[in-house]
Amino acid sequence: MVVFSTNLIYSAVALLFTLLGVAGLYVFLWADFIAVTQILIYVGGILVIIIFGIMLTHRITSVRLSHSSMQQGTGGAIVLVIFVGLTSMIFRAPWYRVAAVEPEETVRQIGRLLMIDYLLPFEVASVLLLAALMGAALLSRKVD
Amino acid sequence: MVDLNSYLIIGAVLFSLGLFGVITRRNGVAVLMGVELILNAANVNFVAFSRFGGMDLSGHVFSLFVIILAAAEAAVALAIILNIFNNMGTINIDEADQLRQ
Repeated sequence: MVVFSTNLIYSAVALLFTLLGVAGLYVFLWADFIAVTQILIYVGGILVIIIFGIMLTHRITSVRLSHSSMQQGTGGAIVLVIFVGLTSMIFRAPWYRVAAVEPEETVRQIGRLLMIDYLLPFEVASVLLLAALMGAALLSRKVD
Repeated sequence: MVDLNSYLIIGAVLFSLGLFGVITRRNGVAVLMGVELILNAANVNFVAFSRFGGMDLSGHVFSLFVIILAAAEAAVALAIILNIFNNMGTINIDEADQLRQ
């Protein structure tokens, strides 16, 4: 639906439900913190940004909010080949499996990992977010 | 029996559909949605490996970083798309083909 619908708003709503479904998968995978983060950031943030983008880049007066695709045949063939390759790889690869135990509290352990093992990537990510925010504000500012 | 393979298949499906969106859509915002799908596929794989593959909670931390990067990427990409729309009056990525105004 996200990639096939010709109405852009329909695509956005389909993306909303896809993201909610992925959040449900995270819950099944014992990743409650990631599920909540997914709902907060993706559904609450990124999707709102995307819908803002749709609203701002189409004139309100124009009724036509549709968009078309191109080269669906070629693209579909390429993607199908890639998907078949991935699937056969998934079923043939000898995955390293461990019978994991269910973690009691993921939030505390994730916080500990972030503050001890992954402190440098955490700080770099914060600087990157700051730079991205400044860049977005600078780009979308009216130049006078 | 729901095991690692089914989650990997879901990740592959999400990745393929996202790639399909990226290479076939003409609208810039729709291409952005395809990129979000691809990032979600990566996240599903990370969390699945942290559940089944002995990656423990490092997979969760990695997917957190991926979500952060997706947020930054969406903000910057939307700003760029708004600029393209203001300068050229279209956001179809096959019509916006000049660097100068």
